[in-house]
Amino acid sequence: MKTSGLANTGKRISLLVCLSAWAVLHVNPAFAMDGQELFSHFKANRLEYEGNGKLQLFKWDIQHWIGNDTHKLWLKTEGDYAGDQGIFGRADLQLLYSRAVTTYWDFQIGARKAFEPERTFDAVIGFQGLAPYFFEVDGAMFITDNGNVLGRLDLEYELLLTQRLILQPRLELNVAASDINNRGVKSGIAEFEVGARLRYEIAREFAPYLGFDYVEEQSLLQHQHSIRFVVGMRVWY
Amino acid sequence: MLSSIHVQLTLGKFALFIAGFFFLVAPMAKAGSYHLIIAKHAINLVGDRQKAILANGVLPAPTLHWYEGEHVTLRVTNSMDNPTSLHWHGILLPYEMDGVPGISFSGIAPGETFTYRFQVKQSGTYWYHGHSGTQEQLGLYGALVIDPADGNHAADRDLVIVLSDWPEADPDRTLARLKKQSDYYNFQKRTVIDFFTDIKKLGFWETLSDRLDWGEMRMDPTDLSDVTGATYHFLINGHPPDKNWTAVFKTGQKLRLRFINASAMTYFDVRIPGLKMRIIAADGIPVEPVDVGEFRMAVAETYDALVEPEANKAYSIFAEAMDRSGYARATLTSDSRLKADLPVLRPRTLLTMADMGIAHDKHNSHNQMNMEQSAAPDQHQEHETEHTAPEHTHEHMMHQQHENQAIESHDVLSYEQLKSASPGPLFRNADREITLRLTGNMYRYSWSFDDIKYSDAEPLRVHLGEHIRFNYVNETMMNHPIHLHGLWQYLDNGNGSHNPKKHVINVKPGSRVSVDVMADAPGEWAFHCHLLYHMDTGMFRKLIVEKAGS
Repeated sequence: MKTSGLANTGKRISLLVCLSAWAVLHVNPAFAMDGQELFSHFKANRLEYEGNGKLQLFKWDIQHWIGNDTHKLWLKTEGDYAGDQGIFGRADLQLLYSRAVTTYWDFQIGARKAFEPERTFDAVIGFQGLAPYFFEVDGAMFITDNGNVLGRLDLEYELLLTQRLILQPRLELNVAASDINNRGVKSGIAEFEVGARLRYEIAREFAPYLGFDYVEEQSLLQHQHSIRFVVGMRVWY
Repeated sequence: MLSSIHVQLTLGKFALFIAGFFFLVAPMAKAGSYHLIIAKHAINLVGDRQKAILANGVLPAPTLHWYEGEHVTLRVTNSMDNPTSLHWHGILLPYEMDGVPGISFSGIAPGETFTYRFQVKQSGTYWYHGHSGTQEQLGLYGALVIDPADGNHAADRDLVIVLSDWPEADPDRTLARLKKQSDYYNFQKRTVIDFFTDIKKLGFWETLSDRLDWGEMRMDPTDLSDVTGATYHFLINGHPPDKNWTAVFKTGQKLRLRFINASAMTYFDVRIPGLKMRIIAADGIPVEPVDVGEFRMAVAETYDALVEPEANKAYSIFAEAMDRSGYARATLTSDSRLKADLPVLRPRTLLTMADMGIAHDKHNSHNQMNMEQSAAPDQHQEHETEHTAPEHTHEHMMHQQHENQAIESHDVLSYEQLKSASPGPLFRNADREITLRLTGNMYRYSWSFDDIKYSDAEPLRVHLGEHIRFNYVNETMMNHPIHLHGLWQYLDNGNGSHNPKKHVINVKPGSRVSVDVMADAPGEWAFHCHLLYHMDTGMFRKLIVEKAGS
């Protein structure tokens, strides 16, 4: 218990350091030519609504980076909010340092704070980039304070039906190396999501979409699968 | 031209503008004095009031007429609240007068006047433009016309044709967008529908293997231009196509058209349907005349073309953006009531594996770059024409086929055809050979030489009097117009002592081009890709020509 308390303090400090660095970078204007110049990229990849019988879910998947070609601070948040019940089903925030290691790949390291369903705190090591054949990849390993290991892999692809009507198949895989009792996580594939979004880019930065996901979830308590239809929008600046 | 520019001026700026104007129209002696005032203006070019940065309130900046041998004094006043500069593009001069902030001088601070003084040692068509940040994109460019000392005039009348690209968005925003999504401005990508069309045309396996080849490289054959007609309006002498800049010629006049590509990012394919163009100079230097139906202008190049229009006819000067996302046009006519036919945009071309420096035999060497291509083969020959044209009438299609035939009959100017009119040095063994790889990362939108950005690079150092051979090896899929300040680049196009000297050398995707440079001007010179956003993201070097012992 004592060691985990210390570890938590350490994590809180590192979170604070990361947050303040992010704030400083954000207010500091671009200061030099080429590689030194800072850019800031906010991207709400998915802001969507899922109506499923009585269930009214609002889901988000947002990323924001600030940095130059090589070094970036990267925020990621994902979660859902049940409008009918007024509760968050899932909500987490990742704060990562991202470094370009090859032409197409960034290595990322940082922390993830989950607020729902449990308050947890994990270390994150991941990679993000563009694989051959234009697959966008976001993969990460999460290490809990008890040393358990979880993994997540996100794959996206884009099919242009026209220059502005774009079909985006996606796949998300969540795995666990072992059972984690306090989180109800069963080892193996915890979640498997495959689906597609059909968006129309009114502007590059603004595209409403329709979509669906086939979801298979497995926990220590239950195993279920479902098809979910969503409507949403993709926004970035 | 002045009257047709819509310029909004505050009263203070108006007074400056008038003063600047009178300086310019004042009679010019062999020791000419010129005053240019750089200020921000709001102009309405394309139906929206936008910020522009202009010299003496006009777009393009005033054409400056100099004489070979003239001692010019150019006072440049900065009436903006941020620093500025003017660079005399292609002009041989002491490096302190070259106008590149951070290299030749410290720039022109707000409210200050900098005086450029030098003797003009050359003649021909050149240009000048801002060299601070993205100011040249906002209108800070104009023509330089230098008469030769012998007073030799090839034509009855001179017309300056300044081509440029005018953006809808602020240039800094454009760069930010490219950094976040490098294909932001490409609305001509291949779609699922094209995939099925290609299957019909080429068969399933060939189409699939083509898509897989491009996919494996994570590159796109439609990536011809980073910034396109999706944000650009293409201008001739400051006029968008619907304003149709028009020159009226007198019957029987022989016209010298001085083409200047003052764009930030746009290559143009230029033609005048119905008129043969006789190319007589490239980058200001006379070349052996070549008759062409069309020529491609890399960014920052200049070409002089002689034309002899017929009486009672109107002609369109038609300059298509290389990616066919738009065009600039103007009219030459013997009678202002005559209307010229406006050609239709031809379909865009695709990059091929050859452009990527990859042999057509795909199984042979997939990732091995084959750089031993000739300097500049006919541009249109190595491109597949994409046959999914926009909708045209049958008549237009016929017209188009006819034009494509014209192109295939070697009617398009190629670099091999450029032969200097008077012999220059015959270069043999170079004192120093420098191979520069032209490199970039399209995914992150950063550009460099030898994979090193300007901010991380050491200057290139050579000795005064040395003969340097530069080999440019283009490892990217973009064209790069390489500009060296203060020194000529003799393009090695196989014409020996008649190799043409140029200030901008276009290096095509996947190709290798060699140039010879005599380091005969001491000082520090800028050396860069002239695509604005390539230069700004790091495709830039400082070349220092050191005197012996220093």
